[in-house]
Amino acid sequence: MSAMTDDTLPVTPRAVRDEMIVFAAMAVLLGLVPMTGIYPFFVMQALCFALLACAFNLLIGYGGLLSFGHAMFLGTAGYCTAHALKVWGLPPELGILVGVVAAAALSVITGFISIRRQGIYFSMITLALSQLLYFIYLQAPFTHGEDGIQGIPQGYLFGIFNLAQPTVLYYVVLAGFLGGFLLIYRTINSPFGEVLKSIRENEQRAISLGYKTDQYKLLAFILSGTLAGFAGSLKVFVAQNASLTDVHWTMSGEIVLMTLVGGLGTVFGPVVGAFVIIAMQQYLAGFGQWVTVIQGVIFVACVLTFRRGIIGEIAHYLRRSL
Amino acid sequence: MQALYAQLLVGLINGSFYALLSLGLAVIFGMLNIINFAHGALYMMGAFCAYFLLNIAGIGYWPALIIAPIVVGIFGMILERTMLQWLTGLDHLYGLLLTFGIALIVQGVFQNYFGSSGLPYAIPDELRGGVNLGFMFLPIYRGWVVIFSLVVCLATWYLIEKTRLGANLRAATENPTLVRAFGINVPRMITLTYGLGVGLAALAGVLSAPINQVRPLMGADLIIVVFAVVVIGGMGSIMGSIITGFALGVIEGLTKYFYPEASNTVVFVLMVLVLLVKPTGLTGRAA
Amino acid sequence: MKHRISALFLGAALTVSAGGALAQDKNIKVGVLTDNSGLYSDLGGAGSTLAAQMAIEDSGLAAKGWKIDLISADHQNKPDIGATIARQWIDVEKVDIFMDVLNSGVALAVNNLVKEKNAIMINTGAATSDLTNAQCSPNTIHWVYDTYMLANSTGQALVKAGGDTWYFLTADYAFGHALERDTTAVVVKSGGKVIGTVKHPLNSSDFSSFLLQAQASKAKIVGMANAGGDTTNTIKQASEFGIVAGGQKLAGLLLFITDVHSLGLKVAQGLSFTETFYWDLNDGTRAFSKRFSERTKNKAQPSMVQAGVYSGLVHYFKTLDAMGGNPHDGAKVVAKMKEAPTDDALFGKGSIRADGRKIHPAYLFEVKKPSESRGPWDYYKLIGTTPADQAFRPLSESACPLVKK
Repeated sequence: MSAMTDDTLPVTPRAVRDEMIVFAAMAVLLGLVPMTGIYPFFVMQALCFALLACAFNLLIGYGGLLSFGHAMFLGTAGYCTAHALKVWGLPPELGILVGVVAAAALSVITGFISIRRQGIYFSMITLALSQLLYFIYLQAPFTHGEDGIQGIPQGYLFGIFNLAQPTVLYYVVLAGFLGGFLLIYRTINSPFGEVLKSIRENEQRAISLGYKTDQYKLLAFILSGTLAGFAGSLKVFVAQNASLTDVHWTMSGEIVLMTLVGGLGTVFGPVVGAFVIIAMQQYLAGFGQWVTVIQGVIFVACVLTFRRGIIGEIAHYLRRSL
Repeated sequence: MQALYAQLLVGLINGSFYALLSLGLAVIFGMLNIINFAHGALYMMGAFCAYFLLNIAGIGYWPALIIAPIVVGIFGMILERTMLQWLTGLDHLYGLLLTFGIALIVQGVFQNYFGSSGLPYAIPDELRGGVNLGFMFLPIYRGWVVIFSLVVCLATWYLIEKTRLGANLRAATENPTLVRAFGINVPRMITLTYGLGVGLAALAGVLSAPINQVRPLMGADLIIVVFAVVVIGGMGSIMGSIITGFALGVIEGLTKYFYPEASNTVVFVLMVLVLLVKPTGLTGRAA
Repeated sequence: MKHRISALFLGAALTVSAGGALAQDKNIKVGVLTDNSGLYSDLGGAGSTLAAQMAIEDSGLAAKGWKIDLISADHQNKPDIGATIARQWIDVEKVDIFMDVLNSGVALAVNNLVKEKNAIMINTGAATSDLTNAQCSPNTIHWVYDTYMLANSTGQALVKAGGDTWYFLTADYAFGHALERDTTAVVVKSGGKVIGTVKHPLNSSDFSSFLLQAQASKAKIVGMANAGGDTTNTIKQASEFGIVAGGQKLAGLLLFITDVHSLGLKVAQGLSFTETFYWDLNDGTRAFSKRFSERTKNKAQPSMVQAGVYSGLVHYFKTLDAMGGNPHDGAKVVAKMKEAPTDDALFGKGSIRADGRKIHPAYLFEVKKPSESRGPWDYYKLIGTTPADQAFRPLSESACPLVKK
């Protein structure tokens, strides 16, 4: 597990200060988006994926576990939220809660199964589990198969905020993203995060120091899955539909790609990666299947020459941790 | 009861594809320590290669059975030389990511040029028709697939477990430095092994071409099932992956008869069960 | 920018015809949202864009001072991508009308959006009959076919021809279940019997188990309630197991000429299924198809989805021309389109019902033997026609709120 992030810098007060400055700048910039005339739906979508990628990064970047099935949390939460809003008529806050709880429950079960193996086996198991869920959702009547759940009402958050208003929705999604981001940030800088990193670097040593590494890994898995679910619930309000796309393995691949491009194990990398990949899909939509090919090329290029990712390379150049 | 025999036999046919593919994965994993995510894409290339041979060069099924694995195997060796070998010493996960990227590229390119609906490839005249076994109508081609892949699997097992070349291979996996000291060219051996694993995938592709439409995405979903097969069997032994492959095909065939709705998920459910009972897989050594 | 310039000129125009400025707007933007790369790209894809281009050229509106823009994009068969593109097209690109939109998931997503934003969708590609049933909208017209019609026409005609016992191979998800349910109803109503069904998982590569069960059932007709790659693989493997040779007949419930083309006649011969357009139907379809295929990359004949794009746009342009300008009011234009009967060389005379269903005759075809085919793309024998008023779901059974009862 050692080569994943070969030059992580120790957490120092300076590093934390740098990160807080970048975080503040990011929050302000994103907060200004609705005033610039940039199409807000694009940014909202990117924010959902950015949160998803951050949640994924918690596992791979700090726990050394490459999940190839994170789409299952995104999709599960999306379906449950969509169903709660549309069929049960729940208000948005409860709809999100339903989705997040479902994702959390799923991550407890899948986490328990998958952390039994390490390395590539872990990746294959998560992939297989997500494929199992894909087939279940495909057949389950409440997901409406290929049609998906459509025309989901956005409603009023806490009875006040009209989510059908793009600007209101934008700030709600932004708040959700920033909240999730801070939670992840707090986790990786906590004692828990330090133990995780030590497991990534050398699991045997962590065990010999008396840590029950499996429990730590399971907890990280649950946190990651739950937050990924939160991203999935938010996405329902943006896309107003929940479909099989979100549980398919290609989605899991895209999550990996976003994080890889931005920088595995960096704080801001997944955010940048998500924006890059979503923008690319948006502007290359006219090229059809070449999008897949381009994604593949980016994968190969990243792994061969650019392993630190965009933020990782910048951080390396500045000798800072970002 | 008759129907049951039929389903068993049909399951064995699918099992031969699982066996060939998981065998290839196991061979590659044993030598290079990477999980070859591009395996499904290379399987697809094998089928396309047979299609091109027939439609461009007029070369039929039988020569294609030899030519296609060689062509795709060479392609695989080029991949190994130009890309995979640079990952030596890095985390194994990078190998997975790299081959995933390669799979996306290969599948995307084929989809761009050949669409998705697939191209026809006919059953060779010699194997056309079928025999009535009393309990079922068995197309001769299907019978051929089972027998041929069994032979190939056993030959591969023999090559790796019983010959001098195989002994060198296994030794190189255990301790490359030592083997190099004996004057054996380890990098070349790794390249050849990757070529062999890829060739097995391509061979499975040629075998499946007359049964399925030759489609760019024919390997994409299959590979995930094969991953589950590999997790169940464990990649510790060659024989293990062969047996698990066939066994799971049979189990899947039975599910198709008793509870068809679950036939796509049964392999994954079995994987979960095996992980709960014996995390290392049925034949695997501790990872 | 365009708006600012026209605003400058408006000042002068207003003095001439006060209030008439909106009606004089002669800009149209057509968006072809389709699958350019995936499973259905042969069915719609670039061919749909070409059909739209031909409709624009043939309309002659440019000579009358209209300006028609055409854009197209790939929804990759993903509802969320499709919805995002559609939203952006309406908000930013100001697209008036969506064409093609194959894939039911994407179609239903766009259907909601188009209604919310008061644009138009003429759907020529999606199969789901919900578009004109429970999910019907004053902004959507469903042009070419739907699952109800396919089940109805194929089921009825085959039972009439003696195929009175059926066995279903059904893809195990909502779409497959709906097809099986609708067809079963028709078969039973026509005096036939369903003696069994087996549900297979979506995207199976191997159908041999299911085919063996179908074979053992001895049903006269094996109905395939599945689509895309599943259907073509079923057909291919059925020929291997000698299903058709053994005297059973294969009926496709959702099958297109592109599938037959990719299978080849040797494998596909003897299949029966329904389409509403075939290039070799009459002089009108032949003339269009000749022009069409000359402009495609591989000299392909148009599919019914692509033909529908042309036919739908022809009617849309005619309506706008009669209105004298584009009001950019989707529901209003669709209401006008429903008033006038449709007539074009491809689908003949027809009409659009209150629920948004475009009706025209449905044809049951049988795929020719290789020896009967006279050349490339000569694939079908016409074996039955269901008249327009009987082919689709009767309004009396409709759950669409737009239908007054």
